[in-house]
Amino acid sequence: MTPTTSAADTAPNTYAWEIRAGGLRVRVGRKKMAVDGLDLSLGTGTHGLLGPNGAGKTTLIRTLATVLRPTEGELELLGTSVGAMVDHRALRRRIGYLPQDFGYYKRFTVREFVEYMAWLKEVPKPHVPAAVQRAVERVGLADRADHRMKTLSGGMVRRAGIAQAIVNDPAVLLLDEPTVGLDPAQRLRFRELLQELGRDTCVVVSTHLVEDVAAACSDVVLFADGRLVFQGTPDDLAAAGSPDHPGDSPLERGYSALLQGSGRQGGTW
Amino acid sequence: MSGEHASRQLIDDYARGDATMAADTVWALEAHLETCAPCRSHLAACVATEAPGIAALLDTVRAGLEPQLDAAVRAPSRRVRPRWVAAWLTPAMAPWLVMTVVVTLMALLLDAVASPSFFGDISPVLAIAPVLPLCGVAASWSSGLDPAHELTASTARAGLPLLLRRTTAVLVVVLPGLLVGGWLTGTMTAAQWLLPSLAFTSTALALGSVVGVTRAATGLAVAWGVLVVVPASVTGHVPLVLRLVLQTDQLPVWGLLLALGIGAVIARRNAYSTL
Repeated sequence: MTPTTSAADTAPNTYAWEIRAGGLRVRVGRKKMAVDGLDLSLGTGTHGLLGPNGAGKTTLIRTLATVLRPTEGELELLGTSVGAMVDHRALRRRIGYLPQDFGYYKRFTVREFVEYMAWLKEVPKPHVPAAVQRAVERVGLADRADHRMKTLSGGMVRRAGIAQAIVNDPAVLLLDEPTVGLDPAQRLRFRELLQELGRDTCVVVSTHLVEDVAAACSDVVLFADGRLVFQGTPDDLAAAGSPDHPGDSPLERGYSALLQGSGRQGGTW
Repeated sequence: MSGEHASRQLIDDYARGDATMAADTVWALEAHLETCAPCRSHLAACVATEAPGIAALLDTVRAGLEPQLDAAVRAPSRRVRPRWVAAWLTPAMAPWLVMTVVVTLMALLLDAVASPSFFGDISPVLAIAPVLPLCGVAASWSSGLDPAHELTASTARAGLPLLLRRTTAVLVVVLPGLLVGGWLTGTMTAAQWLLPSLAFTSTALALGSVVGVTRAATGLAVAWGVLVVVPASVTGHVPLVLRLVLQTDQLPVWGLLLALGIGAVIARRNAYSTL
């Protein structure tokens, strides 16, 4: 039997925060600074990343996933500095990432897809079958594991995406709009999974559904125009709003209050 | 416990569910049982003799489950491709490789049947051979052509080693085709197209670290088409300057290009992880 723990598992962490950004700026295209001077520290727990459309949530998540390079400022993930011309291999083994619109090979079965991702993430070969099965079971796709991806419904594809993100037991899990396409029952199940993962992982969930944050997140990060507007617990967010602010729930009122306060709610929408 | 295994007495007590056993003994025993098959088989034997209640319970449960287990049919495995294929090729590359093979065959066909004046005094295979691998290389690391690119780009294997694997797969498909073609037509020696192909591939990878692999490969292929293939088919002969580099005695030029490309790839090896 292979040992269940290794020296790497029991070694103490040498970092205070899983994710730490200082003055982070990320340019998208030629001109637009999608993340513009962000200071953020995130530890273990489930962090809900809230913000209006175009706030730069996806760019931030892609940068945290080491897909985009930071233009300026510093970004430390798991104590490793991220930047240009650095080998991210060891760091990337410990990151799980679900993009907003993720592409996949339609002819792969769910198991092949998750197995392929496990191979890409350098999960040790003897652990791959068990890790794949565990990930597929956690998202409730065990009965569909041998079906091709193209036969799955939208919600199932999204769950397969969540399975590939958690297959390497990441220390930092980045989920971009993971609840899109899930039906209400699946959404409830997914919130439970998020809470479970947040116990020992730094989970960052980008969403614009305030109720997801209320139900599943231990911490809220409100983000607008590439800058941090608010960071605190869901209760703090609810406390920021008053009955005069638009919204149907305390959290929504807090959300609109903070966005108005930051003077960043442009347009009639 | 005696030696490396648990004593028979201990296993008997455990099987009976002896409440007087110390908790730490039970933990140690269970940890040992998890990893030791001989002790587990002792335990199985003990349960049958020492704890008939448990054995009876197990039989009842099994009898209850058996009809369900018999009814369950194992889903047929739909694995159609061996695991190693995905490690070298992506499904997104397959159509491009097929196209490359078809183009090679067409060029060979042209070579065999077309009038010699169509491409001037240079064989069509020779004209396109250097850029043939570039299609596959372009598709090997492309955000536009590969649907799973966004997922792949964030993984540990993303970077030069994965790109080299895929490039190798492209060359393994393309080069034998050219080799056979060259041998069949007898118009060119292996070195005449092999070095240029490899040189173009390495240059594409090297440029790719700056502008992206797809852009670099497409750019090189287009440049080659504009500079060599088009003038050759229009005027009937290759421009004089380029005619020189296609001669057999110009192989050192291609060798130098290949070496430069490889050197640049090695120097910029870390740039590939965030392309």
